[in-house]
Amino acid sequence: MSPSEAFEREVADLMISTLNLDVRPEAVDPEAPLYREGLGLDSIDILEIALVISKRYGFQLRADNEDNVRIFGSLRSLSEHIAAHRAGC
Amino acid sequence: MAEFSILTHSSPGDVVAYRKGRAISAREFSGEVASLAERLPERPFILNDCTDRYRFAVVFAAALLRRQVALLPPTLTPETVRRLVGLFPGVYCLTDDPDREIELPLEHYPEASSGALGYDGLPVPDPEQLAAYALTSGSTGVPVPHAKTWGSLVRSARAEGRRLGMVAGRHTLVGTVPAQHMYGFESTVLLPLQNGAAFSAARPFYPADICAEIERMPGARVLVTTPFHLRTLLNAEGGLPAVDLLVSATAALPPQLAQAAESRFRAPLLEIYGCTEAGQLATRRPVQGPEWRTFPGISISRAADGFRARGGHVAGEIRLDDMLELQSPERFVWLGRSSDMINIAGKRTSLAYLNYQVSSIPGVVDAVFVMPEETEAGSVTRLTAYAVAPGLTSADLMQALRERLDPAFLPRPLHLVASLPRNSTGKLPRSALAALTECLKEAS
Repeated sequence: MSPSEAFEREVADLMISTLNLDVRPEAVDPEAPLYREGLGLDSIDILEIALVISKRYGFQLRADNEDNVRIFGSLRSLSEHIAAHRAGC
Repeated sequence: MAEFSILTHSSPGDVVAYRKGRAISAREFSGEVASLAERLPERPFILNDCTDRYRFAVVFAAALLRRQVALLPPTLTPETVRRLVGLFPGVYCLTDDPDREIELPLEHYPEASSGALGYDGLPVPDPEQLAAYALTSGSTGVPVPHAKTWGSLVRSARAEGRRLGMVAGRHTLVGTVPAQHMYGFESTVLLPLQNGAAFSAARPFYPADICAEIERMPGARVLVTTPFHLRTLLNAEGGLPAVDLLVSATAALPPQLAQAAESRFRAPLLEIYGCTEAGQLATRRPVQGPEWRTFPGISISRAADGFRARGGHVAGEIRLDDMLELQSPERFVWLGRSSDMINIAGKRTSLAYLNYQVSSIPGVVDAVFVMPEETEAGSVTRLTAYAVAPGLTSADLMQALRERLDPAFLPRPLHLVASLPRNSTGKLPRSALAALTECLKEAS
């Protein structure tokens, strides 16, 4: 598993535990959309995840300076966004 | 200013809205409204889908001038849209989203619509004119329309402005609720238009966005929000900007959340009581006690089938779906919604009351009680509760509940969960709760 794949697994774990989703982390397709047809997340889930991300990775998600739809487009894009913005990296 | 004019700002240069860092004057707003009114298609009903709050306001005002009735449905699922077409033949949708897909005739907000018309150019709508239908979901799947005349909307928004202490030219509003729901429509669009205030066109999403939008606003800031958004803001890392006033509605705010919000935002928090049928009726400041005070002219009375509101902006008499403890026609304590009355082993209460009790327990972030389907005839069906309470064990929570509730209403089982499947208005659809229950059953 590459470092980026390991990080995707970590973010998947975080989402699943935050939202109490009935899915295994390894079963989340890193390219599939996270909301609607994909994992079925809605805007409230995304707010919950944003809270956990801010606590775990030390930065706050913003919708008005980044393309929110793109960030939550897939586990991969979300993981890349966190990796690029996390505090101390 | 005529009594029922669309704007109440004292001079054409006064700011009506802030949009993408730019102040928009009453003159510019009026010009845009007049210009758009000329371009609207000839149709009787309009679904105003604009997410941008400024554009929503322009579309509402333009439609009003064309005597088109705005529809405010509870949701926009394909099924609801199909029902709307049946109930309101000729309805069309006006959107500011270029990618919008909806099964209605679609018009797009024009990119450059500013007209040259001056401030005094806007006609004054007839107060008897039907301005909007707010819709409730109804118990049979067919939405139920509740008519709002322009006069009643104006009277309600002005009474709210007086109650909230709004001063023309001083207050600026930021809203986290959509303009398409009755509360957002009243308190983020009509309230500023009818009290000489300015509003932010944005509907900020993340806590950081909400804080940034508040900080961008000049003047005395008012945050119009819900218990759900307040919880999210209070849980976010970092400081919160000072505001002059917090306004909350849609669900009763647990007192400790109200207290935390007041101290973190360094402002009083006022709650609004109302319903889609009657509009807003009363306010309270929860840190000062549970008692609600009605808007001037509105009185509540007890009838055989429950409580009724009349007077003020309320047309006729409207039955309330709530259980109240009436102290006088103008003062009451809310006990819960009567439509979710439950009866367990001969003891009566309401789910809303139980939800309020569990949410009031320190450490509980979110919680809900559910009445499961009856299993076998004759057996007592117990309530299920779901609680988000990261620092508490089941035993802690049960202990706190025992202190608040009759033993008949204690949940069996109580599920501690990471979050509740709330929709975008913060409500919990029964189907989503059913799915959560199935999910927990499979896990165990």
